[in-house]
Amino acid sequence: MLREEVGGAREVPAEGENVRELLDDLMSRFPALQAQLIRDDEIAPFVNVYVEGEDVRTLDGLDTPVERGQTVILLPAMAGG
Amino acid sequence: MPTYRELLAQLRSEIDEVDAVRARELLAAAEPPLLIDIREFDEWQEGRIPGAILIPRGNLESRIEQTAPDKSRRIILYCAQGNRTVFGAKTLGELGYTDVVSMAGGYTDWKRNGFETELPGGLDETKRARYSRHLLIPEVGEEGQMKLLDSRVLLLGAGGLGSPAALYLAAAGVGRLGIVDDDKVDASNLQRQVLHSTARLGEWKAESAKRTLQELNPDVDVKTYVERLTSENVERILADGWDVIIDGADNFPTRYLINDAAVWHEIPLVHGSIYRFEGQLTVFDTKAGGPCYRCLFPLPPPPELAPSCAEGGVLGVLPGIVGSLQASEALKLCLGIGESLAGRLLLFDALATECSEVKLRRDPTCPVCGESPTITEYVDYVEFCSGRPAHA
Repeated sequence: MLREEVGGAREVPAEGENVRELLDDLMSRFPALQAQLIRDDEIAPFVNVYVEGEDVRTLDGLDTPVERGQTVILLPAMAGG
Repeated sequence: MPTYRELLAQLRSEIDEVDAVRARELLAAAEPPLLIDIREFDEWQEGRIPGAILIPRGNLESRIEQTAPDKSRRIILYCAQGNRTVFGAKTLGELGYTDVVSMAGGYTDWKRNGFETELPGGLDETKRARYSRHLLIPEVGEEGQMKLLDSRVLLLGAGGLGSPAALYLAAAGVGRLGIVDDDKVDASNLQRQVLHSTARLGEWKAESAKRTLQELNPDVDVKTYVERLTSENVERILADGWDVIIDGADNFPTRYLINDAAVWHEIPLVHGSIYRFEGQLTVFDTKAGGPCYRCLFPLPPPPELAPSCAEGGVLGVLPGIVGSLQASEALKLCLGIGESLAGRLLLFDALATECSEVKLRRDPTCPVCGESPTITEYVDYVEFCSGRPAHA
């Protein structure tokens, strides 16, 4: 999903000390992501963010720290069948 | 050269034997040994020791490593009189098995002691031939195949995901399949919906599916529901009794509806969804302590942010892969074997040919499966998914 919002890429590099900074970095470069990812300053309830396979909602949400080289997955719900 | 009797006597002195009484004690232990019946199939058909695995003597060397990969595990072999197993035990020793015993007196002595036996359940010759590749797998076998023939799987949608899932479940001999679909076969479906065909254009998908599945396997009873799943009909459809549900729906309202129903009815739900080159797959099994769809996505995206396959497209083969994985999960659930995807979300990317996995946890605050549920009956799912603010 979300690939159109980032010019078709499957993976994009991003920088930040935590998930919030990382998403801010991405959304500053790909503004179309904003509506897909954020609601009321929180991660939207129809998208999940995983740091190294763990849902950040079970960690510290937007404040979850990220380290250099870690993989962050942005996963929206999709209904197609 | 020794005669048969001389060789038997010589080998008997080289292997370990237990009598039927001792064998029964060993089998009653907390970690029982593997019990292997090395007689021929027709002998097995006339009765056997419960829990035994059949590997006829002629196949013992070629099949034993698959059945017993751990060569230090204790194995009890039995045959009719306890002679063939002398040779069998000797051979397994040569293959590196370190704890093999032959049951002296064999099945005959076991029965003479009045110990429990069981008669075969009755896969007839036709079924035995059809499912022979299942019967060869230790994890399935005759008992597993009979479980499949007794299993009931409900499929939501006879579309992209439902097509391969239904085909493989029917081929596997799942005894009863239910298909819920209110669409007709359209030309744009045929790029991926392999249940249907050009000749079926305009037919109800559920009916087209039924014909295809019954041609594939007449053992399967296919029940069709030519209707869209709604809060009004879901209880009636579930009342027909299903062991597993496969969600191959193409819209959010149906996905939330079947999630809630599956939680309340404690039926495992095999979830799959697809878009372009990407697939998502998991099992929601709240009865087994796992999360539900609402734990994964508490709310659906507003419609404008979530294009369907009809709007965004999908690679034709992608549902073939994801739907087949759904069938695999469903078969495992019916058989009670392996590790299901409960608690894990599998992400498949056909463009990169890559699978990744993320952890999925039960949300204690989940409105449906959480500790204090706030949704306890069906809601208006179309409105819930409309993107308009809920009035609650």
